[in-house]
Amino acid sequence: MDIQELNLTANLLRQDVVSMVAEAGSGHPGGSLSSTDIVTALFFNSLNHRPDEPKWPDRDRFILSKGHCAPILYAALARSGYFPVEDLLNLRKIDCHLQGHPDMHKTVGVEISSGSLGQGLSVSVGIALAMSLDNLPGHVFTLMGDGESQEGEIWEAAMAAAHYKVSNLTGIVDANGLQIDGFTKDVMNVEPLEAKYQAFGWTTRQIDGHDMQQIIEALDWSRSVEGPAAIIAKTVKGKGVSFMENQAGWHGKAPASEQREQALAELREQAETLRSSAGKA
Amino acid sequence: MNSELKPRATREAYGEALLELGKRHGDVVALDADLSGSTMSKLFAAEFPERFFNVGVAEANMMNMAAGFVIGGKIAYASTFAVFATGRAFDQVRQSIAQPNLPVRVVASHGGLTVGEDGCTHQSVEDIGLMRLLPNMRVIVPADFNQTYAAVMESYDKPGPMYIRTGRPLTPFLYDEPPASLGKGADVLREGTDISIFACGIMVVKALEAAEELKKRDISAEVVNVSVLKPIDVDTVAASLAKTGRAVTAEEHSIIGGLGDAVAEVAAEYCPVRMGRLGIKDVFGKSGKPDQLLEEFHLTAEHMVGLAEHVLASGK
Repeated sequence: MDIQELNLTANLLRQDVVSMVAEAGSGHPGGSLSSTDIVTALFFNSLNHRPDEPKWPDRDRFILSKGHCAPILYAALARSGYFPVEDLLNLRKIDCHLQGHPDMHKTVGVEISSGSLGQGLSVSVGIALAMSLDNLPGHVFTLMGDGESQEGEIWEAAMAAAHYKVSNLTGIVDANGLQIDGFTKDVMNVEPLEAKYQAFGWTTRQIDGHDMQQIIEALDWSRSVEGPAAIIAKTVKGKGVSFMENQAGWHGKAPASEQREQALAELREQAETLRSSAGKA
Repeated sequence: MNSELKPRATREAYGEALLELGKRHGDVVALDADLSGSTMSKLFAAEFPERFFNVGVAEANMMNMAAGFVIGGKIAYASTFAVFATGRAFDQVRQSIAQPNLPVRVVASHGGLTVGEDGCTHQSVEDIGLMRLLPNMRVIVPADFNQTYAAVMESYDKPGPMYIRTGRPLTPFLYDEPPASLGKGADVLREGTDISIFACGIMVVKALEAAEELKKRDISAEVVNVSVLKPIDVDTVAASLAKTGRAVTAEEHSIIGGLGDAVAEVAAEYCPVRMGRLGIKDVFGKSGKPDQLLEEFHLTAEHMVGLAEHVLASGK
């Protein structure tokens, strides 16, 4: 996929997120939308995976440590062919395989169960080391939040990844600057994240997490780094939906039906702009 | 009981069994949190350094790294002191091991009061209760070296997560060799008709001593070694309760959440009988020599005899 197609795919996934959370009546749109471009770049460009063979041993692994952003993971899995897109609208409903937070035994393509924050990086270190013992070629990409980085276990895992020189691991921080109670800098400042990872022995890069070109280049770069690599992606919570952008209140709230329509209308308009700008080019 | 064999700690059995598993199976990995000399995972570490991961003083990270190893296709053994394995890392064990039903083996040493002088911060008297609460978790408290060895060897190809508690004190041998199987999880070591004594871990030996003393007082006590606390062997426990009609439980753990409660749950549902529970009575421990602590907290054969007589003297 080229950049244009990836951006359009991201737009489609944003529409999915809005629709599925609205339909469920609960869920986490804010962080799903801030990480949409990163997840899109992974699933539709960077990951070496086979949706029709989800347990392919040589695959790269995507670990969603910030498990509350399950909607964007499910949208990416469905749109890349792991399960029918229609399932998305049954998010969080009883008997649906799409749980409120990811469950590795219920949803095809979910590598680990997550939702208790701060745990995904530790599990990722274990997976990456196991893959190294077996000389598997895959790379582990772990997506975390900046609020999540307040959990001490993140730094236990960061220490271990550097100590064991885990080269097949990339940690990506979706740094949208917001958490449930407000701005991360006010609740509990975790910055400077990049310097912290460097101090823990990681090689780092900071990017604009909504610039598809930068995201793709950073993901490619991180594969070649000796030892663990961290990508600090500066993002906007609720990105793409005007009334959700930079609003802590949209961390874990579903849009009402009018809000849903407004959000979808905005996103469709953005898609049109993307298409027409491509036409001019 | 075999008095010819020199007593050995159950934690040593873990070290030796883990080493043997490492020799037999290339997919076994072991993790420890800076206590490999105490948990005895150091035996594995020395032989298989490439498959041993010391995470440092970071138990939460250890549990989740172990989960990651299992997701990556390995059989992971994670060891540290029981109090940290279960209390400090409870969320990690719950969220990333028990809920996803991953075959991580948490082998926790220094269970109970008999850690001794370190005092209550290091004495694990709630671990069994915490682990019993978790769906999917198998909870094993072996009674001697050989039973521990067998439990660790058996754990290799069992599905799901497992908690195995080992101890520091030198413990007499109950079994001449590693039993072929932990079986259903409860083992009648001595037949009796008047009262059942259910015990686990280091209290099993004391239960046999108590039964011998009770015999002198014309009381026939049945002694059952309950090594698997979850899933508890309902058939064996209920059959013994039905046979004797009275029960005493004995454990190096709080009377809340451990063996006493597990047997009481079986009794309540299958065969209600008058019971007495010997254990730590909802208090924290303190520093002291292990034997002094067992006396102080009434975890002795003598107190078991007293409790059995009290239960027998109680009305229905």
